[in-house]
Amino acid sequence: MMRIPCPWCGPRDEVEFRCGGESHIARPDPDRADDDAWAAYLFDRHNVRGAGSERWLHRHGCGRWFNLVRDTVTHEIRTVYAMTDPRPERDP
Amino acid sequence: MTGFRLPGGGRIDRGRPVAFRFEGRPYQGYDGDTLASALLAAGVTIVGRSFKYHRPRGLFSAGPEEPNAIVQVGPRPDLKATQVPLVNGLEAGPVNCWPGTRFDAGAAMGLARRFLPAGFYYKTFKWPDWNWWEPLVRRAAGLGRVDPAATAPEGQRRHLHCDVLVVGAGPAGIAAALAAGAGGRRVVLVEQDRLLGGSLLVDQGEVDGMPSDLWLARAEAELAARPETRILRRTTVFGCYDHGLVAAVERERIVWKIRAARVIVATGAIERPIAFQDDDRPGVMLAGAVRAYVTRWATAAGRRLVLFTNNDDAYRTALVWHGNGLQVAAVIDARRSADGPLPDAARAAGIPVATNATLLRALGRRHVRGVVVRDGNRRLRRIACDTIAVSGGRDPAVALFVQAGGRLAWQDAIAAFVPGDGGYTVATGAATGLFGLGSALAHGHAAGAAVAGAAPGDPPLAADVTTGTMLPLWHAGGDPALSWVDRASDVTVADVGLAAREGYVSVEHYKRYTTSGMSPDQGKASGVVALSLLGRATGRAPAAVGTTRFRPPWDPVPIAALAGADRGRRLRPVLHLPAHDQHLSRGAAMEEYGGWMRPAAYPQGAETRQAAIRREAAAVRAHAGLFDASPLGKIDVRGPDAGRFLDRMYIHRLSSLKPGRLRYSLAANEHGIVQDDGVIARLGPDRFLVGTTSGGAARMAEAFEEWLQCEWVDLDVFVTPVTQQWGVVNLAGPQARTLLGAAGTDIDLDPAAFPHMTFREGTVAGIPARVARVSFTGELSYEVAVPARRTAELWDALAAASVTAGIPPPVPFGVEALMTLRIEKGYLHVGADTDGTTYPADIGFDAAGRRGDDFVGRRSMQRPDAVRRGRLQLVGLLPEAADAVLAAGAHVVATGEGSDGHVSSACWSPALGRAIGLAMVRDGRSRMDETVTVDDLGRRLSARIVPPVFVDPDGSRLR
Repeated sequence: MMRIPCPWCGPRDEVEFRCGGESHIARPDPDRADDDAWAAYLFDRHNVRGAGSERWLHRHGCGRWFNLVRDTVTHEIRTVYAMTDPRPERDP
Repeated sequence: MTGFRLPGGGRIDRGRPVAFRFEGRPYQGYDGDTLASALLAAGVTIVGRSFKYHRPRGLFSAGPEEPNAIVQVGPRPDLKATQVPLVNGLEAGPVNCWPGTRFDAGAAMGLARRFLPAGFYYKTFKWPDWNWWEPLVRRAAGLGRVDPAATAPEGQRRHLHCDVLVVGAGPAGIAAALAAGAGGRRVVLVEQDRLLGGSLLVDQGEVDGMPSDLWLARAEAELAARPETRILRRTTVFGCYDHGLVAAVERERIVWKIRAARVIVATGAIERPIAFQDDDRPGVMLAGAVRAYVTRWATAAGRRLVLFTNNDDAYRTALVWHGNGLQVAAVIDARRSADGPLPDAARAAGIPVATNATLLRALGRRHVRGVVVRDGNRRLRRIACDTIAVSGGRDPAVALFVQAGGRLAWQDAIAAFVPGDGGYTVATGAATGLFGLGSALAHGHAAGAAVAGAAPGDPPLAADVTTGTMLPLWHAGGDPALSWVDRASDVTVADVGLAAREGYVSVEHYKRYTTSGMSPDQGKASGVVALSLLGRATGRAPAAVGTTRFRPPWDPVPIAALAGADRGRRLRPVLHLPAHDQHLSRGAAMEEYGGWMRPAAYPQGAETRQAAIRREAAAVRAHAGLFDASPLGKIDVRGPDAGRFLDRMYIHRLSSLKPGRLRYSLAANEHGIVQDDGVIARLGPDRFLVGTTSGGAARMAEAFEEWLQCEWVDLDVFVTPVTQQWGVVNLAGPQARTLLGAAGTDIDLDPAAFPHMTFREGTVAGIPARVARVSFTGELSYEVAVPARRTAELWDALAAASVTAGIPPPVPFGVEALMTLRIEKGYLHVGADTDGTTYPADIGFDAAGRRGDDFVGRRSMQRPDAVRRGRLQLVGLLPEAADAVLAAGAHVVATGEGSDGHVSSACWSPALGRAIGLAMVRDGRSRMDETVTVDDLGRRLSARIVPPVFVDPDGSRLR
């Protein structure tokens, strides 16, 4: 079970959190997106092997969403950053 | 000859005899015994039958690697006798045999052994199909029995946090714990045994110039005296998980979840056998186990021993045996020579040692009577004996190290896998392949000091006994089909070859094909033997074959311990209504709906539930009824952007709602699928109260937060779930207005002043209340919300108001009557009439057409799948036979027998005096008046498609 560093509450067990999937999925302008572009927004995910950005909710804690970079192979959490922060440029 | 208790010695308390039963027969052991040692001492030779061939089996080991002595202890199945502490009154028995171990009807399987190789099931039970054979095979196979009526003692889950966790309290683990905790760090030392000491409990020596028992007692006292060190005995670490979580089970009852900054694995090593013909006969045991029974439990497995070994260390067993006045018939050593101090000591003691010799076969059926040995001159000879001790070397117990992410390396010197690099644990002692006592102590000390960052100090000092090289040897000789690899799963050397010939060359495939390593012992003693034999059969070195993946649990964990306190009603606690007791006193039949215990109906006297539902529903239409609507979700949404936000969350525009007014709407997800529905009240310019379904309250609040925090971070909105702050009583029916007035309220109830779909704040029966004119029954209806603790008071006041008004009292009605009323009215129930494929348009809401702004799911409602022909649409159904009640879930049969949709809600309607239903039917809205066939598990009915509103289509009763 992972231990996730909530930016507000500190390290907590994974059971307190909910994973919201890949982060930085930009919502296209619904009136300009054609069906393919909209379907890509809804369904296409990178499913990376290695470091990927995800958003997590500290559901049984502070109730805040945040971003993190997690290695999907080792489960190492590389960094944690705010919802509004840009994706880290390189592997930190 | 059978096992017996030696006259002195051992770590047992001879002053405390313990009575127990095995297979119904009474026996006696001592405090400190395991079930295994007590059985051995009592002369029980056959402790079970093998899994597949039902061959008689005796004890093989003294620890968690035991493959043969799988026992049932009371209601607990599949325990290893070597791990069961002996307690007074213990009732145990074997598994895998009927009627008993001495005569087992299943032993006939052994005669068919030639026809039952690995893969037998897969090849044989194909015709007519597996389902035909399964009941027969399940009865013949399998281990212990689970008694469904038995209740396991309640388990617990506990958490521990520490700086250093040391797994295993042998010499290396104790040295590590002593060093790690010297500087005051928080240390947890976990030991699966009831005693600390590991190998020192079996092989005594000298540490720091004193007898090892004395050193052990002092070390234990020192650890116990440290306030920041905690020792968990009889606690088995069974898994290392992500981010350093280590799980252990104590006394089969308590599951510990341990978070440690550093983890030291000092789990020792497990001896492995060398295969030879009939090596599964009772009396064949691991050399270390034979020795452990003598020194720790003062129990000899027999009187005349043959030791078969490929290494020096096992000579200790011959020496201990001899030292206790027992006869060693021979040491059969597979190596060309054996010149270390231990073999020399054996020779000096007069023990016959034959090198360059091989043990080919055990003699005897129900117990060992001798061996067939081939000596260095290739001559065969028989040696009589009653016990065969076998040692093929030792495998470091690396499972936890690997689970924690570590990689293994093959070490030729011990022909075994040892910890390499990686992972979050540090291995030490015999778990790294350091089998010498002095080396283990020094290494453990250094490991403890290093992880704690403490000043090293002096390690405990002891000498290593010099040992010569070992000779890798996996199968000594004899018939491979009678030479065992995995005793617990009845896998032989021949099965390994068969699997290799049939292409199962990957060790993972081999394991699944032969079921090797899949029994309660998990192949602890057989894993490396198996993969080495597989390597030999496929021309690969063991290192190239590799191990199967090590997964938790390392040792079986009772489900009850994992469940902890989460059992029975605590598994999923239910919510009670604020007026729970009042409902009970009115005869409510309570049922769980979405986590709430709610009245299903209020059957009176001998009334059936069905009659009660119909009576209640009819009473609401004719007169008035009271319904506890407290579980309806309520979310307070406020802030300058609250209106804009809700516009985006619901398919209807809500920012245009005037304060004091209500609006019904649906919420979709980004896929355009209906998630929830409810009535939204505007409390003020910046404040709304959002109503949700009972089951959707938590989900919707979470969805609101996700959109606000992740997408629309610029919106200034606060979301507060307030469901349980309010108790809500729904007063519905033609007399509702009269009753509410009679209960006393300062709210003007005149329909012109307080019309449908508005709300007012004031008092009702002296209680501060918010009253909403909203209806889920189709009748004139008031939802009166008051502080939760005053719900019962409100209920009583509304019921008593009938006396003031001079009319009959309102009828309490339950969820089932409410469902009848809303089906009559054609009101949607999200989750019943909708599912994970339903767009608003399917149920009659053309949301995609909303102009001017966007909302969640709108774009998806324009996708081709959402607007195609042939979608399921909500309609009403009238069965041709008026009393033929439809079943929700029954299919509407398409031309050509496919499904054309399904009944989504159905009831018998008191208002219409007939059965009615709602259904999702393919292109249903364009098929009005068509007669369709409905199939309910083979029962077929005809029904006519009608609009989904059966009562009061123009809504005049609402006003």
